[in-house]
Amino acid sequence: MAQPGDSETGSKIAFMSGRSASAGALAGLHARLLMFPPYKILCALLKRLGFSGRSAVIAIPYLWLLAFFLAPFLIVLKISFAEVQVAMPPYTPLVTFIEDGWIAFHATIGNYLFLLEDSLYINSYLSSLKIAAVSTLLTLAIGYPIAYGMVRAPRRWRFALLMLVILPFWTSFLIRVYAWIGILKKEGLLNLALMNLGVINEPLTILNTDTAVYIGIVYSYLPFMVLPLYANLEKLDLSLLEAAADLGCRPIKAFWVVTVPLSLSGIIAGCFLVFIPAVGEFVIPDLLGGSETLMIGKTLWSEFFNNRDWPLSSAVAVLLLLVLVIPIVLFQRMQERNARAEA
Amino acid sequence: MRHGLTWFNIASLILGFLFLYLPIALLIIYSFNESRLVTVWGGFSTKWYGEMLQNEGLLNAGWVTLKVAFTASCFATVLGTIAGLIMSRFGTFHGRTLFSGMIYAPLVMPEVITGLSLLLMFVAVALDRGFVTVTIAHITFSMCYVAVVVQSRLVSFDRSIEEAAMDLGSPPARTFFQITLPIIAPAVVAGWLLSFTLSLDDLVIASFTTGPGATTLPMKIYSQVRLGVTPEINAVCTILVGLVATGVLAASLITRRQEMKRESEERMAAAGG
Repeated sequence: MAQPGDSETGSKIAFMSGRSASAGALAGLHARLLMFPPYKILCALLKRLGFSGRSAVIAIPYLWLLAFFLAPFLIVLKISFAEVQVAMPPYTPLVTFIEDGWIAFHATIGNYLFLLEDSLYINSYLSSLKIAAVSTLLTLAIGYPIAYGMVRAPRRWRFALLMLVILPFWTSFLIRVYAWIGILKKEGLLNLALMNLGVINEPLTILNTDTAVYIGIVYSYLPFMVLPLYANLEKLDLSLLEAAADLGCRPIKAFWVVTVPLSLSGIIAGCFLVFIPAVGEFVIPDLLGGSETLMIGKTLWSEFFNNRDWPLSSAVAVLLLLVLVIPIVLFQRMQERNARAEA
Repeated sequence: MRHGLTWFNIASLILGFLFLYLPIALLIIYSFNESRLVTVWGGFSTKWYGEMLQNEGLLNAGWVTLKVAFTASCFATVLGTIAGLIMSRFGTFHGRTLFSGMIYAPLVMPEVITGLSLLLMFVAVALDRGFVTVTIAHITFSMCYVAVVVQSRLVSFDRSIEEAAMDLGSPPARTFFQITLPIIAPAVVAGWLLSFTLSLDDLVIASFTTGPGATTLPMKIYSQVRLGVTPEINAVCTILVGLVATGVLAASLITRRQEMKRESEERMAAAGG
């Protein structure tokens, strides 16, 4: 990871480099430790091998993420090619050592074939994508006016409004979904209110239907949509709207031809932040949805916890990841580009 | 952007915030309901809070959750701050794309995938499931949130201050602890709080990676919620919401005051110079 021939700026930010031994909290410790021969030898050895302070700093979070984020995916991939067996762990090993130093390799694509054959899984994937897409559009339709209202509000309200959007995001996801059960159920508060107002005579069945899932997703993910939109709209150059007005453009048209196109990057960021996690959502379809609500997160959960089929649930996870890899990569590219543009 | 609200702006703000807050408000109100039925108001009472305090399973789960959240958020803050620093100050290095991928992907990765993959890895390396495995799982996803928060703070502050310190002979480590860290401290605190609440909240990843004796509060709440809405759970939820809301509000007010102070100091310094 060390860059050969570090540039001058590179070596400037080489944290904990040998030259810094005189000052700083970590450097002070380093200086004291250098008095102990084993530490001194280790340092000299690392330097000889080409490890700089810079690469040591990079290595800490890098190795953690490699071990606990990337490696687990490779294991999922491996187990998705195994078969179920009644043992612990409940899957067949891919590689077995047999006598005379031979190794046997045993892999099957049976799990994937099963997923493609059984319409339940295909339907789960398709229905997850549909539910996530529709909820993303609904969230955008509700979130955009809120973000727009926030940037048009007087400057002294901004902080309070921003806090009001952020606060639900900090409150437990589970609790917020749970709160809707009491509202949406047959003898719940919504039906009670509507019946008292005389809007309906019979209680509506909303809980345990797809409608409840849509409400739950829109509600839970709304801050993820409003925040990037707000950050984007806040930077909008006001003089462009004035120019449009001077040239005789009506406010509504100016909104569509100036404001919306300029806030496109905020719209895209918000949509990614809602769509990708919503596809794999488990809690919302499980608590608010009905038995006929098919979502892949729920299918994976029941495959793993109820049927205890580890290889099949791994295959479900791998296919879900394949479905999501394009939006995830696009999202990462966009974040990286924005970060660089700001810097 | 032009100030001045139209009726449409006002209506969308009011309706939007009603939508965001009404469900939580109702949940809090009904936690003080005397009646066990959710829709019948039987008068004000705090008896469900008393019952909650006698529920040993719930209290144990709460304790486990706090321990996991505290440990995980401390580790995640250290790792995430380093990661944010690398993303914004280290330029290019071999494997940077993979690194940024591993930082951004967990933010949107469906929890069922993260949970399943971590569990399968813990089984593969024969690590006993329990407190340690849940904590590792929580460190892994919350450090990415810390990294993003710290990084966005780092790109928005003037890098020339750090460069000036180093030009004057301050070694990199000292520059970091004396110049950079105090400036990004609000972001680091925000990152810690964020990881704490993320860990406090998590149901799916904890369900996959936990073992006997390490049932967390969300898992406990979830198993009771599946049986129906009860005022007791409403009471637990109210306390959690109250704790988090107070913490977040206090932290953001402190940061805001510090920022305003810093801005006015900078203005005065600029005027004086």
